[in-house]
Amino acid sequence: MTTVLEVKDLKAYYGQTQALHGVSFELLEGGITTLLGANGAGKTTTLRAICNMVRTEGDVVFQGRSIRGQATESIVRLGFAHVPEGRGTFTTLTVDENLRIAAYTRSDKAAVKRDLDMVFEYFPRLRERIQQQAGTLSGGEQQMLAISRALMLGPRVMLLDEPSFGLAPLIVQEIFRIMRRINTEAKCSMLLVEQNAALALDLADHAYVLETGRVVMSGPSDVVKNDENIRKSYLGY
Amino acid sequence: MEQLMQQVVSGLANGAIYACVALALVMIFVSTDHINFAQGEMAMFSTYIAWQLMQWGAGFWPAFFIAIAVSFVGGLTIERVILRPLHTAPVLSIVVVFIGLLAICNSIAGSVWSYLIKEFPSPFPKDTFGLAGLIGPHQFGVVLVTIVVLSLLFVFFRFTPLGLAMRAAAQNPVSARLAGVRVDWMLALGWGLAAAVGAVAGTMVAHIVYLDPNMMGGILLYAFAGALLGGISNPGGAVLGGFMVGVLENLVAFIGNAIEKSFGVYIIGNGEKLTVALIIVITVLTVKPSGLFGRVVVKRV
Repeated sequence: MTTVLEVKDLKAYYGQTQALHGVSFELLEGGITTLLGANGAGKTTTLRAICNMVRTEGDVVFQGRSIRGQATESIVRLGFAHVPEGRGTFTTLTVDENLRIAAYTRSDKAAVKRDLDMVFEYFPRLRERIQQQAGTLSGGEQQMLAISRALMLGPRVMLLDEPSFGLAPLIVQEIFRIMRRINTEAKCSMLLVEQNAALALDLADHAYVLETGRVVMSGPSDVVKNDENIRKSYLGY
Repeated sequence: MEQLMQQVVSGLANGAIYACVALALVMIFVSTDHINFAQGEMAMFSTYIAWQLMQWGAGFWPAFFIAIAVSFVGGLTIERVILRPLHTAPVLSIVVVFIGLLAICNSIAGSVWSYLIKEFPSPFPKDTFGLAGLIGPHQFGVVLVTIVVLSLLFVFFRFTPLGLAMRAAAQNPVSARLAGVRVDWMLALGWGLAAAVGAVAGTMVAHIVYLDPNMMGGILLYAFAGALLGGISNPGGAVLGGFMVGVLENLVAFIGNAIEKSFGVYIIGNGEKLTVALIIVITVLTVKPSGLFGRVVVKRV
């Protein structure tokens, strides 16, 4: 398998504060990589740094080309779909408008239509709520909408920031099941940030463990999953 | 009764102007949280451009459309050149820039075209237009033009991808960026549209208030009152608020007259129109800051 995304010695800053101290990892074409770690380890910052939403140093290579320093909008247009922390719903727009804005940059109407049908197949509930103001959706529905918006971008890489956050276990299971389908059916590589390590390790093929802005451990998911030491020291379960 | 109808209907004509300016204010407010104090002066400047074009021999409508186009580009340029570098600046700096812009527009207009009051033509035919007795031809035309402009804007924002992108950028800039929307350009476009709508208001009202560099001062205040009354965060509300203030302003004189007739004392009249606008501003800000139709966003966590 080829590498679709390679992050090299990535550093990130919020004002004077350095949040990432040289993080390196890669994401395989069609693969799912997860970034694990405690609060404040720099998981969210890594995703934000890839999309140039914070001040960064180091390099981000997408399909062999460096994308660092490009505007967030331009990076998105290259094929990145970032499902942000807190879901980023357009609360005053309808569900329909939320989905249409995500396809704003695409000119191929037929493909957009196809993706919309795919979204409704994954999340039939969104079709029922199509004219509803998106801010009135439940947390789970908003997460579904966030993933759907990402899909409507027609992405090559999906960056998912804690899709399980604040959701009931049943809903989380449903969402993770669909993420698995999206990964294989839409041929979309995924970089998954999660607090829920067990869940993430089941889905992902590779895992990187972050601590205070550094990668402290990495490897195939099943190795990380079965390593007692890693589990006890970093994943807390 | 007939007099009351007359007052209400002609109030709608003024209200149409206020509605346009109020909408221009709201368009910038929803995407940046700033009130553009220079909106009125920019509209005045646009009106002078139209006037100048007519002096050079253009007909009213060509001058009208060229002035709108120039204003659109002007508004866009002001955002890109003057406000873009300030987008992280504190609110007060931006307010000062707006006031500076106001002063600059005003004094440039004064020095180029002088402060002498000028007549501004009406494009609407005098005899065949309007509803006899109720509303004059120009006022009727103003209401028509305003309705057309507002409808076009509604269709643009509601049904076009670009309009949707502008709304998305205003509502949640971070998410809009993540959808690939060039948010900075959407803001600039908002400024351009606001300036264009202001140009419509200026060229429509100039026939009524006459053209001079201070013509929009009072109108901006009424428009601000209208925008606040309707809800500063709601474009539709601001438009309605603008119309309401226009009608209310006219009724002030009417009610004042009625009181004077029946009780023989003068309480309010034409002189207090502006006072009424200011009272509306203060009342709304203290009693219901979101305005009559200000959208209450339902949000679950």
